[in-house]
Amino acid sequence: MDLNLLWFILIAVLFTGFFFLEGFDYGVGMLLPFMSREDRARRAVINTIGPVWDGNEVWMVTAGGALFAAFPRWYAALFSGLYIPLTLLLLALIARGVSFEFRSKHPDPRWRGLWDRAIFFGSLVPAILWGVAVSSWARGLPLDAAGHPTTALLPLLDPFALLGVVTATLVFALHGALFLGLKLGGALSTRARALAWRLWPFALAAALSYAISAYFQVPARALAGLAWGLSGGALLALAGVGVAIKRARDGWAFILTALTIVAATAAFFASLFPLALPSTISPAHHLDIYNAAASAHTLTVMSWVALVLVPVVLVYQSWTYWVFRQRLTADSELEY
Amino acid sequence: MDPVTLARLQFTITTVYHFLFVPLTLGLSVFIALIETMYARTGDEVYRRMARFWGKLFLLNFAVGVVTGLIQEFQFGMNWAQYSTFMGDIFGAPLAIEALLAFYLESIFMGLWIFGWDRLSPKAHAAVAWIVAIGSNLSAFWILVASSFMHQPVGYQIVDGRVQMNDFWALITNPHLATQFPHVVTGAWLTAAFFILGISAWHLRKKQQDEVFRRSFRIAAPIALISALLVTFLGHIQGQHMIQCQPMKMAAAEALWEDADPAGLSLFTWGDEEQLKDVWAIHMPYVLSFMAHDRFDGKVKGIKNLKADYEARFGPGDYVPSVFTAYWSFRAMVGAGILMLILSIWAVAWGRTRRALRWSLLMRALPWAIGLPFLANTTGWILTEVGRQPWVVFELLKTEDAISPYVTSGQILFSIISFTLIFMLVSAAEVFLMLRFIKKGPEGEHQPAEGAS
Repeated sequence: MDLNLLWFILIAVLFTGFFFLEGFDYGVGMLLPFMSREDRARRAVINTIGPVWDGNEVWMVTAGGALFAAFPRWYAALFSGLYIPLTLLLLALIARGVSFEFRSKHPDPRWRGLWDRAIFFGSLVPAILWGVAVSSWARGLPLDAAGHPTTALLPLLDPFALLGVVTATLVFALHGALFLGLKLGGALSTRARALAWRLWPFALAAALSYAISAYFQVPARALAGLAWGLSGGALLALAGVGVAIKRARDGWAFILTALTIVAATAAFFASLFPLALPSTISPAHHLDIYNAAASAHTLTVMSWVALVLVPVVLVYQSWTYWVFRQRLTADSELEY
Repeated sequence: MDPVTLARLQFTITTVYHFLFVPLTLGLSVFIALIETMYARTGDEVYRRMARFWGKLFLLNFAVGVVTGLIQEFQFGMNWAQYSTFMGDIFGAPLAIEALLAFYLESIFMGLWIFGWDRLSPKAHAAVAWIVAIGSNLSAFWILVASSFMHQPVGYQIVDGRVQMNDFWALITNPHLATQFPHVVTGAWLTAAFFILGISAWHLRKKQQDEVFRRSFRIAAPIALISALLVTFLGHIQGQHMIQCQPMKMAAAEALWEDADPAGLSLFTWGDEEQLKDVWAIHMPYVLSFMAHDRFDGKVKGIKNLKADYEARFGPGDYVPSVFTAYWSFRAMVGAGILMLILSIWAVAWGRTRRALRWSLLMRALPWAIGLPFLANTTGWILTEVGRQPWVVFELLKTEDAISPYVTSGQILFSIISFTLIFMLVSAAEVFLMLRFIKKGPEGEHQPAEGAS
């Protein structure tokens, strides 16, 4: 198999895993203030992702590392071109990451309120920024002949990007609400389901508008047909979420938002292919999976590494979800 | 200020800050795994309380280490796009392997470690602690694989103005890595040992002594001594390797302007970096030659001749790193190391006596000595990185040619200011929590877990 193609798929898989897993982490963080005012209930909400969020975030780190290794020019152009959004993303992730740890170590209500706010914004802001980043990425950056973006100012915040922001935020929030519905028990679970039901129509409307807008904004490339098929699938799955919630099929509802995110991410990468990062200046400056790639030797080494390690990671990461499978309530014994 | 200076400033701030937490957690992870193994084998409750107490402190630092590490991965692309393009083949691979092999391992098992106290048997929990420790130490290995190439490029060819890997094995058997990795890891153990000694000493000086601290002290003292001896010995090996591979760095660290045979070790130099000469200096004759060659003669190259060599090979330019920074960071590192060696010998001797020397000078000094390993870690890296200048990749790419070509000073200034501010807030919160937690001491024998209020 063509290693460049393999690595393009692997990058897509890593981003898909990242959006699927961190999607509900962000969602849980965004919904934290809306779930309960009571400290133990909030702790139960946080503890649904407590043991797993750090491992989930490694999907983002690995996606970044794999991009750097397999497609150095893609990594360099994308990260320098999205300078300001990525700076804000890092700030949000720093605040969020320490909050989970810092919050519980001091029982003062004001202290906990402070870190709860940090968790909320630290989860909301990344969802917003990934919406912006993906919208910029799909349409391209002003790459010069050497493949460097000529400006790295604030990215375009036009209706398309704003729709991306709203869609990412609402879909992640919905995904998080459904995750909470599965992981919490009693009144908290009911509360999460109610939030999901309220979020769902807005998420669907946003996603539909984003897809329509993408039809006009993103140029059709080699796999446009596949991309549209996947987008349609994502929208269908998202529509199905409402039915599943209505019929109280929590598991199915969560699986369907998961499928929405997986299909939408796949659609995004399919719409790019064979490009990695388009140039808005000239088609001659496009970065594609060949001119942006690392050497054959690096790709070969990395392919073996990924082939051996990715399955192992999947096994032990799934296993931790099994270990922490039981539902939590405010009356559970909660590790702080 | 120009973008190069600002991008370097940001790298310095973010990396130094990140590396305050990394060695501490690297060392603590091993210490905690050790303690938990003893608990699993003996069932002695004191070990469990030790693991819980040091574990909480470990977690606070681990969290900050993780989130500040995110900046590291991102800023190569953000600020150093030309570097990333030039070096992606070599640098990205170990970074991705680090994520796949080490970050997943430590992050996922860390979740299990934190939340698994009630769900896992002591043996299984100890095994999880070991996996976290192995994951952390593996991550140090892979990031140093990447970093070592920047000091000693191996296993590559240059194609179309970019570095291409042609021998992965050469990359992971890089001689620079072989000298640096053990030095960094033993330095991390030394850091954790001094952290434990300092906090234990502070508690042991109080009237009500807890067995947790007596035992922590007795275990940490020999670890401190062994690590201090190893880190010194390995540093010596590393220095000899440096003289071979990066003679300019050693010459700058010694403010050695002219070739010398035999070369003396500078005890104090006030130099003139413009004229490349001493203003005033004291030397210990023969010592530098001995450090370089294990005998009392032998040539050590000086800055002036090395500079001339560089100009002959690469054309006119500035090839001398900041001598002031290299010289004083080297001395700070070695000085802190010597102090730690003395203190750890003393601590081992104290730990063997059964006297409660509450007022001894040692017990008063140790809490302050917690700063020493952090000073040594920081200045050690400053020497390593500043001494390599003007190169970002040794003799292949200059730092000034490595930045993102269109990222402006304003943008970098924005990220520097915002990162610095958030670091200050995070530090304030972390120090507040650590002090509060240290003062409170470990959970009582029958007291439930903290926070289950």
